[in-house]
Amino acid sequence: MQAFEYIDAKTVSEAVALLDEKGDKARILAGGTDLIVQAREGRRELDWMIDIKSIPDVNVLDFDSDTGLTLGAAVPCYKIYADDAICNAYPGLVDATKIIGGTAIQGRAGVGGNLCNASPAADCIPPLIVLNATCAIVGPNGQREISVEDFCTGPGQTALGQGEILVSLKIPTPQQNSSSYYLRFIPRNEMDIAVVGAGASVVLDADKQRIVSARIALGAVAPTPLFAGEASALLTDKEISDDAIDEAAQAAQAIARPISDMRGTAEQRTHLVGVLTRRALNGAIQRVKDTA
Amino acid sequence: MARKSHVQTTINGETVEFLCEPRQSLLEVLRDELHLTGAKEGCNNGNCGACSVILDGRLVNSCLVLGAEIDGKSVETIEGLADPEKLHPIQDAFLENAALQCGICTPGFIMSAKALLDKNPNPTEHEVRYWLAGNLCRCTGYDKIVRAVLDAASAT
Repeated sequence: MQAFEYIDAKTVSEAVALLDEKGDKARILAGGTDLIVQAREGRRELDWMIDIKSIPDVNVLDFDSDTGLTLGAAVPCYKIYADDAICNAYPGLVDATKIIGGTAIQGRAGVGGNLCNASPAADCIPPLIVLNATCAIVGPNGQREISVEDFCTGPGQTALGQGEILVSLKIPTPQQNSSSYYLRFIPRNEMDIAVVGAGASVVLDADKQRIVSARIALGAVAPTPLFAGEASALLTDKEISDDAIDEAAQAAQAIARPISDMRGTAEQRTHLVGVLTRRALNGAIQRVKDTA
Repeated sequence: MARKSHVQTTINGETVEFLCEPRQSLLEVLRDELHLTGAKEGCNNGNCGACSVILDGRLVNSCLVLGAEIDGKSVETIEGLADPEKLHPIQDAFLENAALQCGICTPGFIMSAKALLDKNPNPTEHEVRYWLAGNLCRCTGYDKIVRAVLDAASAT
C-alpha cells in the first residue's frame, strides 16, 4: 500500500483543522472498507488518513421517539440492526445495513461512510433519502445541515467543502402509520453490489387503505442516487391500488438514466426500476399493515 | 517514510507491543511483524474472508484494518483457539466433517464460525449460511463447512 501518515483524531475540531490544513491529500477514515481498498489499489492519492473513530460525536447512536434518530458518521452497520427500537422505526434503513457486504464488513462499515464514499450504487443512500435524513456537517466555518438527497454530487463526489466532515445523520421520528423498505437486485444471494436499488417510505391513513404520502428513491441508475419526486407525488392522497403503484413505478422509470456495464444493461436496469419500485412500495405498505 | 506507530494491544489474551508503518494492515502486522501466519491473505480487498479475525468481539477482515488502529484493542486469531492439549470444538468439527481441503480459507471460516457461536450458540442452517457469506471456499462446496459449524454448535 502507498505510504501515508495516520492520525487518531480525538475531537471534531481537531479532525476539521487537520483536514483543512492537509487538503485533498487527506481522507477521513471511519470503517475503512472502501478507503483502505482505494488506498491499496492506488485509486486515491493520499498522504494522510485521519481516523475519526475515537471522536465521541461520530459514535452517537441515539433514538428518541420525540426527536428522532441521531446516527454518528462512524457507527458500524451491526450496531444499527442490533437495536430493536431502530429496527421498528426505520426498517428501510435496516434493510440496507444488513446487506452491505458480509458479517466482517458490517463489523466495520457504516452508513456515514457509505454516504461519503458516494457510490451511485450505495445501499444506504436511497433509504436515507426516503426517510428525509439530513447531514450534520462541521467545517472550518462552523456547522451546517443539508438533506441527504443533496449530498452526493457525482460518483465519489459530495457536497462536502474544504475541511468539512460529516459528523452525524439525523432522521425525523416516523409518523403514525408509516414504514419504509429497501431492496436491490443482485444476481447472487448476498455479497454483491446493487444492479439497481429502490427505497420507499409511505404514510397511510388511519384505516390503512389510503396513501397519505410516499417517497421513492433509486440507486445505481444515475451518477448519484436519485429522489423520485414526481413518482412520489403521484401517490399523495391516493387509495392503495395496483394501478396507483404501477403509475408511480412508471414515473420512477422515467427519471432513471442508467449506463450499461458489467453488472447490467441500461435496458435491464430501467426494467428493474419498475419492478423494484413496486416491490419497495408494496413492502413498505405491508409493513404498516402488519403493525398493530 | 511515514512515522512508525507504536501500538500496544492484546492478542489472544497476551499483551503485545509492536511498531508498524501506518500503511501496514492488521493482516500484514500479524503475519510479517508478529509471525502469526494463521490468518491468510486471499483477495486483500474484503471479499474472501481468509484473513478474518475477531477485533474487540467483532468479526473483521484484517486486511481492511490498519495495524495502527488496534492500539488498546483486543484481537483473537486462529492461533489462540486450541489448548495445548486439545483442539477447539469448532476445529474438531471441521476435521470430523472433512470441512477443509486445501486449508487456505479454513482459519477465516473457523474465526467467523467462532464469532457466530459466541453470539448465537444455536444458529439455524440459514443463519450459518448468511453469517459465513463473506468467507469463500473453492474446494468444499460449503456444505461440509455448514455441517461442521452446526455440529460444533450442538457439541458445545
